[in-house]
Amino acid sequence: MSVEKNELNPNNPFLPEPARIVRMYPLTDDVKFFQVRIADMEKALAFKYCVGQFAMLSVLGAGEAPFSISSTPSRPGLLEFCIRKAGTVTEALFKLKENDLIGIRGPYGNGFPVEKIKGKDVLIVMGGLGVAPLRSVLLYCLDNRDQFRRVILLHGAKKPSEMIFREEFLDLKQREDLECYLAVDEDDTKEWKENVGVVTTLFPKINDINPENTFSLVCGPPVMYKFVLKELVKLNIPKDQILMTLERRMKCGVGKCGHCAIDYIYTCLDGPVFTYWDIIHMRELI
Amino acid sequence: MRVIKLSKENLFPFLEVISEKTGLWAPVRKPNSGHVFKEIDDFAQIDLDYTRTILPPKKIFLPPSFNMFKASKNNYEEDFSHVSPKILFGIHPCDIHGLLIMDRFYSYVFDDPYYSKARDNTLILGHSCWPDENCLCKSTNTHIVEEGYDLFFTDLKDSYLVWIGSSKGDDLIRVKAELFDENIAEKDIQNFIQWREERDEAFQTEINFSAMPDLMELKYNDTLWEKLGDACLACGSCTNVCPTCNCYNVHDKPALGEDSSQIVRCWDACTLENYSEVAGGENFRKKRSDRLKLWYTHKLQAYISKYGKPSCVGCGRCIATCPVDINVKTVAHTLDGDKVDSFWNRFHEEVRK
Repeated sequence: MSVEKNELNPNNPFLPEPARIVRMYPLTDDVKFFQVRIADMEKALAFKYCVGQFAMLSVLGAGEAPFSISSTPSRPGLLEFCIRKAGTVTEALFKLKENDLIGIRGPYGNGFPVEKIKGKDVLIVMGGLGVAPLRSVLLYCLDNRDQFRRVILLHGAKKPSEMIFREEFLDLKQREDLECYLAVDEDDTKEWKENVGVVTTLFPKINDINPENTFSLVCGPPVMYKFVLKELVKLNIPKDQILMTLERRMKCGVGKCGHCAIDYIYTCLDGPVFTYWDIIHMRELI
Repeated sequence: MRVIKLSKENLFPFLEVISEKTGLWAPVRKPNSGHVFKEIDDFAQIDLDYTRTILPPKKIFLPPSFNMFKASKNNYEEDFSHVSPKILFGIHPCDIHGLLIMDRFYSYVFDDPYYSKARDNTLILGHSCWPDENCLCKSTNTHIVEEGYDLFFTDLKDSYLVWIGSSKGDDLIRVKAELFDENIAEKDIQNFIQWREERDEAFQTEINFSAMPDLMELKYNDTLWEKLGDACLACGSCTNVCPTCNCYNVHDKPALGEDSSQIVRCWDACTLENYSEVAGGENFRKKRSDRLKLWYTHKLQAYISKYGKPSCVGCGRCIATCPVDINVKTVAHTLDGDKVDSFWNRFHEEVRK
């Protein structure tokens, strides 16, 4: 159990804190970007989280759901989320406007073990909405670039139009301190200049991986893990240096409602970040 | 711990004086169905001659459905209306152990105020019991209690031995100390020893719980689970009646025509189909057998690995309740290699034909 409690409302962890939508705009047809600030300024500045943690967001009348925090703690004050319209809560979120109020609780979950990753090579592999939690890591690495060695990014999407933060990532390719490779399964625009193929076709592009000194962070749709894990094992990256962040149904975020239970652990307390060893050790993770 | 004596004719006078200002809950017989814990307005309703209530006492602390918040646009008002001072009388050792497991669970890392406030406001007055064919509490070692109660009444035919388990329990005794006898005679001790021996011999069912974590692991892919999946009705009854099942759901109940909502928390069950379904339709446990595996992992394996004892307290409610014979007893016996002539074995054969 590695949760460090940092509650907004210590007397009642279920009590949502009002937060204001500062900016929102579409990233793709069904994904929107939300920038949020906790309304109480003191609480907004005191809100501490680590990369890979999540928060519960709520809309009055629609309910509450867990969302990965996509911003980095290295830029405090504002919280960012990439949200796909998929259910009741997200539909209600999409109907809101800038300056509207939502509820927020958190941060929850273990997050990525940043202290362990410092000084190492970082290989980020993401597909689709997997960008939501991993953008936090990427921005953190870039903001603290001298604390990490190589930073390698492999990002896959179905089509160019479905690549979340496409322009940002294309810009990142210009950076010399980042090895950034992008792929789409299918190019329906005929204007895509990057790789075409699934995200695993990007692996041959990365050279000279020093596996003992590499942490790989992976997030994507369930189908992606099997193939990506195979590639990472081929690279000889140790199983406990391959980290994944998983999605589960959650109604509380604090280990009470039971929905995210896997084996004898709760994704909200012991996860959502798990190692490849955890995946082998415990059933049902992926 | 201090033990004192109460003669049987003094029980109701005692309950009467302590429940003057506090709601008294006790087992009551419900015609044609069984016993239930109910708020008492007439002592004649109390029926201590019972084995198990239909629902465990968890319903008193976290009702099947209650409001967490009354919410308007930017204001969430906490709603603790399910919390009121209560005395829970007549609760058996297995259910006290159930509450101890709940206590640990609801305070783990984050404290759940909806549970802990209700728990802090309830006095637990336990009562001894006699096993029937479905009681497993000797196997789970929950047929005796050493903590988790304020007072505990052991029924020795003419009188009670009353165990004082807390400072609050001691306060209750002091309200009407003259009803109690401080002197426990040698004969009372002999009676107690005899009662305990006879009670311990009355158990008809045994499960080797310490073997279960390994067997769950080894038989994870056993055809047993397929048989259970075929027969299970996914009705959620086993979870509703289990004293250590805690899963719940939360939903908003918007008020018509107003900008306000009630945030409602209600019991959920891991055996229900949409339990693990996330937005967008991905369901991590679509198969009934997978959901049953989760339930039995929690009852027979997970807690044992973590705390050295099962999260099953041996109350026998799943045995008494499941319409298709899927319960801790039949599953554990099958895992242990016994040939169990159970509904689901026969049903599976029928289905496979």
